[in-house]
Amino acid sequence: MSRVRVLVGTHKGAFLITSDGRRQNWEIDGPHFAGWEIYHLKGSPVDPNRIYASQTSGWFGQIIQRSSDGGKTWETPGGGPQTAPGGMPAPASNKFVYDTSAETGKPLTTHQWYDGTQHPWEFKRVWHIEPSLHDPDTAYAGVEDAALFRTTDGGTSWHELPGLRGHGTGPKWQPGAGGMCLHTIVLDPSNPKRIFIAISAAGAFRTDDGGTTWKPINKGLVSNYIPDPKGEVGHCVHHVAMSPNKPGVLYMQKHWDVMRSDNAGDEWREVSGNLPTDFGFVIDVHAHEPETIYVVPIKSDSEHFPLEGKLRVYRSRSGGDEWEPLTKGLPQSDCYVNVLRDAMAVDTLDSCGIYFGTTGGQVYASSDSGDSWMPIASNLPAVLSVEAQTLP
Amino acid sequence: MIQVVLPAHLRTLARVQSEVSIEVQGPVTIRSVLDALELRYPMLRGTIRDHVTLERRPFLRFFACQEDLSHDSPDAPLPEPVAAGQEPLMIIGAIAGG
Repeated sequence: MSRVRVLVGTHKGAFLITSDGRRQNWEIDGPHFAGWEIYHLKGSPVDPNRIYASQTSGWFGQIIQRSSDGGKTWETPGGGPQTAPGGMPAPASNKFVYDTSAETGKPLTTHQWYDGTQHPWEFKRVWHIEPSLHDPDTAYAGVEDAALFRTTDGGTSWHELPGLRGHGTGPKWQPGAGGMCLHTIVLDPSNPKRIFIAISAAGAFRTDDGGTTWKPINKGLVSNYIPDPKGEVGHCVHHVAMSPNKPGVLYMQKHWDVMRSDNAGDEWREVSGNLPTDFGFVIDVHAHEPETIYVVPIKSDSEHFPLEGKLRVYRSRSGGDEWEPLTKGLPQSDCYVNVLRDAMAVDTLDSCGIYFGTTGGQVYASSDSGDSWMPIASNLPAVLSVEAQTLP
Repeated sequence: MIQVVLPAHLRTLARVQSEVSIEVQGPVTIRSVLDALELRYPMLRGTIRDHVTLERRPFLRFFACQEDLSHDSPDAPLPEPVAAGQEPLMIIGAIAGG
């Protein structure tokens, strides 16, 4: 029988929550990396035992951890003791240095600060790791301040794809409340050279040549909180999701507005429809139904908790516009948690499982496409990210 | 051998239990001790000082022999008891938030 492993990154460590395919009885393993912020961890689609984790700390900076046995043990790739004193330094898996070389990069430019002045690029942390669809040793890392890095040696060394930051609109990018982060990386299964990324607050970008050149894909977005509401960049995109079964269709939860593109981001239209509020962070797509999508509406601009204290997932079976609240098994009173942008995932079992985590430390699961929910963890530290692995 | 005390999280990361003993060639300074420490434990690179600037991370401090050495030159000689291996260089995380 298939199994499911849910990878949960929290404010104080990582947890692995597993069940058989019935998804009724769950076991929690952790905390791994206790005391550290785990912004994200994700398994390789081609080798589910290969898991990458972003471990970060205000004291000690950025660490990359890697597991080759499904999370039982971890290592810092390239971090082993050197045996040749005086030899060349071993690669350091936690080294993320912006490319400023004349050949491939550009001089490290500035981006816009909160007050509109220019501010130098400063590496802070890895928000998201996206393993390659084809090679377990290749993965992409989205970092703050916004840039995209790639490893091809299993996380031992990371190199920037400088064409994104060098695109030319960088001076107009600005941090959102959480920092200027590249938080979303979507790989197109039908085109290995096509990658989508999103940055708060710059917008969405696409490469069609494997990451060498990039273009903003924000046409149709309207953001009334920036000087040019329809600008080429500057939009606070919270998350982007894509069905692997329909790669040209993208869904976006923007700071305000839920959006949809039917042409790989060339144009977007709003599909917020009857949502009670179109603010939120997460958005995801059913594993088998490309027009079935999920969001969690959040009250804002500053509260960042569910409307009326009711935690409700909204589902659309029509690719947007028409939404229904899903409440069975979710708290419907006095609930004031948030669901952060990387904290929703789906499994690929026949009856699609949906998972999301909250800043209150709960992880909820549905084994019936959202019709009903159950907590599979109730008292974890604040949840930063959730990923689901479907295992044989 | 120079004795170095690491914060608990870095001990976990480096997979060491208590004080770390490091052999340092030449003058014993903050820089030479950290160079030797990072050579022996590459996973610590970037966690104590910045990868590029090699400056001390802002939430860490260096103490030895009841003295705060955090703002001393990284090339200043460490106190003789540290160089003699009698007292440890202590790397301390600032008490800040959580």
